[in-house]
Amino acid sequence: MIELIAGKYNYWIYICLMMIGFYAIIAKGNLIKKIIGINIFQSAVFLFYISISKVRGGTAPILWENAVLYDNPLPHVLILTAIVVSVSTTALALALVIRIRKEFGAMEEDRIAKLRSDGP
Amino acid sequence: MTEHFPALLVILPLLAAVLIPFSPAAVKRSAWHISFASAAASLALAARLAWETFALGKVSYWFGGWAPPWGIEYSIDPLGALLLLLTAFVTCAALSYSRAAAPAELAAERLPYFYSCMLLFTSGLTGIIITGDIFNLYVFIEIASLAGYALIAAGRRREALVASYNYLILGTIAATFILLGIGYLYMAAGTLNMADLRERLPQVYHTKTVLTGFAFLVVGLSIKTALFPLHIWLPDAYTHAPSPVSALLAATGTKVGIYAMIRVIFTVFKPEFNPSTVPMTVILAGLACAGIIYGALMALAQTNIKRLLAYSSVSQIGYIILGAAISNQTAMTGSLLHIINHALMKASLFMCAGIILMSTGAEKTGDLKGLGRRMPLTMAAFTAAACSLAGLPLTAGFISKWHLALGAVEAGLWLVVPVILAGSLLTAVYFWKIIEPAYFSPAGERRPVRPEAPAGMLAPAVLLAALGVALGLAAHFPALGAGRAAALLLGKP
Repeated sequence: MIELIAGKYNYWIYICLMMIGFYAIIAKGNLIKKIIGINIFQSAVFLFYISISKVRGGTAPILWENAVLYDNPLPHVLILTAIVVSVSTTALALALVIRIRKEFGAMEEDRIAKLRSDGP
Repeated sequence: MTEHFPALLVILPLLAAVLIPFSPAAVKRSAWHISFASAAASLALAARLAWETFALGKVSYWFGGWAPPWGIEYSIDPLGALLLLLTAFVTCAALSYSRAAAPAELAAERLPYFYSCMLLFTSGLTGIIITGDIFNLYVFIEIASLAGYALIAAGRRREALVASYNYLILGTIAATFILLGIGYLYMAAGTLNMADLRERLPQVYHTKTVLTGFAFLVVGLSIKTALFPLHIWLPDAYTHAPSPVSALLAATGTKVGIYAMIRVIFTVFKPEFNPSTVPMTVILAGLACAGIIYGALMALAQTNIKRLLAYSSVSQIGYIILGAAISNQTAMTGSLLHIINHALMKASLFMCAGIILMSTGAEKTGDLKGLGRRMPLTMAAFTAAACSLAGLPLTAGFISKWHLALGAVEAGLWLVVPVILAGSLLTAVYFWKIIEPAYFSPAGERRPVRPEAPAGMLAPAVLLAALGVALGLAAHFPALGAGRAAALLLGKP
């Protein structure tokens, strides 16, 4: 039991973070808070990738004469790409929220639903 | 030069998309010409590549000369070639339609950015089809999706913004699921190349890691393809997007999502993975059947033409997934044929809806009274495309649904056959709601601004609809290509 919790703590952290983010996306009505939820949700997956790249006793993947064992650099590189994607998604989402606020004068989901002409 | 065609196919629209927003105003004025030139060049490249693929069986391109699995590989098989050709062709049609349609729905200063987004979208889709690397697949899915969100937000009503935002939230959840699934597969197999994964995964098929990764990938891709019940973003998005965007998204966006799903289920995993560990195909077939009926019934309840077409998409996507889930040679062929059929027909239908909206301002089915006499060509194209989607004989839809039904019978799935037929019948009924007032009701008081739409808008819509009938008459040719692609997918070359 202890092994399940302590030995795999990185997975537990990522699962908890991911669910916190997921909860925010679903439960929050404010459009900005939903975006914050999305960011937590994505960061959890980034942490998962980074944690699986760790090699026990390994050093940072930089060419260095004292190093015998390196961490796996590939997940780092993948996540660098995913972070860029995440930043552009956030930027686009924020831009949309600015436009929505201008057009509807509201940022809460339920208020916007009332203002829509075609119903939910 | 010819060996670099796979890379050029992605890079060309990408370069044009970046060039347009950063160029001086004089160049921006000819944004449409640049976009169309790049789309036409892509079509030529895709045609050349498809010809080569069908001759050689498979084309592989190594980026920077690095051999896979270390380098990133682009690989094209007959299925990929088919989809590449389809995407390039529909993009060309949608762009030529945009020339007259986009200025009617968008402010002039936004047009260059709009065309740029359309090119980005195609570039992403082309990448999804062509790539042989599963992480690359994720990146291209996100390129296409981000461009898609921006395109939907360009709709003329403010509801388009909300539709785009909701799609963005769901799409990002989907993309993150896909990323997580890829992470699990990488953990289990230590590689990202699809062909390499196929060889290495069977040794770890029994592990929970692979199972979890597979589940995340399938759920993520199901959201992207709008498989029932994960379709909730689709009706709003298609209804409020500008009509060229609805045509492009409905024709290519969801189809390429389905392609990615087929790739994951049949190329990354071997077909024997499914029955031995999870009843994935049974679950997918059940959802697809529910989607066929639900989408058709919802379409029947709509009065807004574009929303009706959007729900019709949910129903037709069910057909395509159903064929892939039955996964025998005949049903898979039907599924691939239906991808082609639905892409061409739904693009034509959305174009016609856009033409009707522009010329008469009609958005509801009730506003169409007597339109068949005032806009004969538009309504003829609409009717032909609707017939093909319903699966009337002599159209492409008949061939695809025939294969689907035959495949279900072959697999002994007798319960699925009535669903296929009922879905077809309902398709005919909901399209009748549009065709009936247009042809059989006396003209309403609404007078069209113009007797017919500009030729630039009408030509692509008519061409696509005519192609549906032509493919139905010359059914042998597409069935041969789809059959070959299906055989390769199922591992029976």
